[in-house]
Amino acid sequence: MGATEKSRAVGRNVPRKEGLDKVTGAAKYVDDLTFPGMLHGRTIRSTIAAGEIENIHLGFARKGFTIADCRDVPGRNVVALIELDQPCLAERRVRHFAEPILLLAHEDRERLLEAESLVAIDYREETPIYDPEKSDHCFKEIRIEKGDLARGFAEADVVVEGEYRVGLQEQLYIEPNGVIAVPENGGITVYGSLQCPYYVHRALRVLLGLSDDKVRVVQTETGGGFGGKEEYPSMIAGHAAILAWKSRRPVKLVYDRVEDMVATTKRHPGVIRHSTGVTRDGTLTAIKIDVLLDGGAYMTLSPVVLSRGVIHATGPYRCDHVRIQGRVVATNTPPNGAFRGFGAPQTQFAAEVHMERIAETLGIDSVRLREKNAFRPGDTTSTGQKLGRDTSALRVLREAVSRSDFRAKRRAYRGTNRGIGLALFFHGSGFTGGGEVKLASKASLELTETGARILVASTEIGQGTRTMHAQIVADTLGIPYDAVEVAAADTARVPDSGPTVASRTCMVVGKILERCAQEMRRELGGRSAQDYLAERGSLVVTKEYSGPDGLYWDDETYRGDAYGAFGWGCDVIEVERDPETWQIRPTRVTAVCEIGKAIHPVLARGQIEGGTAQAVGYALLEEVAMRDGRMANAQLTNYLVPTTLDTPEIDVTILENPYEHGPFGAKGVGEMPIDGPAPAIVNAIRSLGVDVRSIPATPERILEAPSLSASR
Amino acid sequence: MQAPPMKRLLDVLREECGLTGTKEGCGEGECGACTVLLDGMPVNSCLIPFAQAQGSVVTTIEGLEGRHPLQDAFVVEGGAQCGICTPGMILAAAAIPRGATLDEIRLGLAGNICRCTGYTSIYRAIEKARSRRHR
Repeated sequence: MGATEKSRAVGRNVPRKEGLDKVTGAAKYVDDLTFPGMLHGRTIRSTIAAGEIENIHLGFARKGFTIADCRDVPGRNVVALIELDQPCLAERRVRHFAEPILLLAHEDRERLLEAESLVAIDYREETPIYDPEKSDHCFKEIRIEKGDLARGFAEADVVVEGEYRVGLQEQLYIEPNGVIAVPENGGITVYGSLQCPYYVHRALRVLLGLSDDKVRVVQTETGGGFGGKEEYPSMIAGHAAILAWKSRRPVKLVYDRVEDMVATTKRHPGVIRHSTGVTRDGTLTAIKIDVLLDGGAYMTLSPVVLSRGVIHATGPYRCDHVRIQGRVVATNTPPNGAFRGFGAPQTQFAAEVHMERIAETLGIDSVRLREKNAFRPGDTTSTGQKLGRDTSALRVLREAVSRSDFRAKRRAYRGTNRGIGLALFFHGSGFTGGGEVKLASKASLELTETGARILVASTEIGQGTRTMHAQIVADTLGIPYDAVEVAAADTARVPDSGPTVASRTCMVVGKILERCAQEMRRELGGRSAQDYLAERGSLVVTKEYSGPDGLYWDDETYRGDAYGAFGWGCDVIEVERDPETWQIRPTRVTAVCEIGKAIHPVLARGQIEGGTAQAVGYALLEEVAMRDGRMANAQLTNYLVPTTLDTPEIDVTILENPYEHGPFGAKGVGEMPIDGPAPAIVNAIRSLGVDVRSIPATPERILEAPSLSASR
Repeated sequence: MQAPPMKRLLDVLREECGLTGTKEGCGEGECGACTVLLDGMPVNSCLIPFAQAQGSVVTTIEGLEGRHPLQDAFVVEGGAQCGICTPGMILAAAAIPRGATLDEIRLGLAGNICRCTGYTSIYRAIEKARSRRHR
């Protein structure tokens, strides 16, 4: 095995591993699979937001149906995640609309739907709480303290205050949540559309009371996730498993679009308040931020979303005196959860609109204000993390400003219906704080006759996991990309590499694979795979996560190194206003991202373009209308996501400032692109003279907003 | 092909014909994941009762047999990420006349939602497929 320059895969646009299957229709998603004797399942859900279940009337003949409620759970009736607070099936209490109560299965889908319509449930209703400000149950409170806030405010010439609001957002993967549970070998196997096989594995062990080896989870080709298939699959897999356990037959549970939108997790809405001390020349002296997120009825991943949110809440700016207080609280709405960006889009929206308002207040150029305060290498973040040489805030800012011709356009658009706005942002790669150490992820590499096979639980959900991992392994082993295979994410075959979330799959799991490949290469010692296997029989190398030396984190005080590395981004977005309807149309995005190293430039660019488009929806179109605790617009007809006609031209520039502990210098890329567009768009609307501070910035909201001259 | 007249064309294709390349994303004709060509015209197969397809030629992604230039171009340019919208997107793109401008391509794909790509790589794929075809 010898590497030649020509065979190098990293940095080249090699063919996507499963590309051909996806363009020919051969790729099998969960709804494309059937099993002999398979039943279809449905979930009966609460029609109230808070109260107690009194009676359940089936209203149909039971013959041919499998019917299950909380009493049919063989183990513990919980969806095991951070806290065991969420029942898999409601017992007596109901805490949100669409809470699962009863499960039905039948071999005929029509009969099943008919039966579902005949079920009636009596409740004793209670008064629900929908306003997070009025919640009496806090899931998690975090306080970050740096320096001396009072001293910082004393040094300020001006204090700028502001309140910013962000709405719910639906992930809207095009393939709805779905699984098939199959009873086999005295246990359960679940095939499903999911991001984190081992999350589901643990949830099923607890729910069914089974040992490790009796539960198997296999990811099927997954039609998008964006966080929406991080924790929710543990719930739907649990439901299918309960039905399969009871009926002793395979059960398919695939949501339709309405059910998926009404019942599954969304991005946390929030209110973020800033109070910033600043000198006349634009130096930030004190930053005080209050973050309130609405977690919905159960904890899910809310504490971790809040954690990433507060750590990113200052934006990429230095300041010696900082206090950030964050809370995520319970309300009687369906639980919110993971969505690309995971708290950071919410808080950085507030930070970047606030930065624009500071510039407006001081009457100084907002690019200069950002340049003055942007993180440099050696600066410390709010948690006291000292930033490394790969800190690129200034570089992405300057590149975006010059590439977009920002200053000239801003002058030229003044007084017209065109606007232009900018946002500077950063995003930590990998689990927050000590998360990676706790996860202790493993990856394995197996020698094959023709090369090597990757064994990881990381899932391909569109971002190119298999391809990018194979590139890293190929170049480290010095073998052709085509000689590297990737095993299915099947808990019976692959070790627990942790969840496929948090922009960690390349930087963290990719690094473990690189170390596996290094050891395999040493072990081969120049022998061919065939010779080695003939001599020794087999070779599997397994490695566990090992962080860079000197990383420190204290979860009690929230001090230390919050992330191994940060990516850096700057967006400039141009918009046009329809003078009659106040519809805002984004026309052009200039996105500059520094990601360490683009292992596969086409895939990396795809992450930036796709994340940008989702954020355009977040900023302008995607409004979840909650009425009495339920999503009133749970259809694609009235929950609008960007189509070709709503998505602007996106000009992407990728910069590379290598992170020394990432594979080939790579940092994370998946989430960061969704942090910048919303504030850039709102700042573009502000350049039209409208004081908008909340999203989605629908025409109604813009019309209601005061004009800038009036509110200053 | 025999099936109940009011059964959705989508279900007939997937269940009776075993052609699972056609996907269901919303079931209400908004997302376009179930796009097939009916006598060469893109339609949402979730909105078409089987009876309406009588006597028509239905082309699904399987019907392109992996040989359409768009298919390779979607792989090379990153036009397919998660892949769930891809069969419908490729069929909708195949129905756009040659020589269409970018705005006309946008209009031609306006009924097909992709949540992964931001569409830009899809335009690049279409452009690439055309330049090959003309060679």
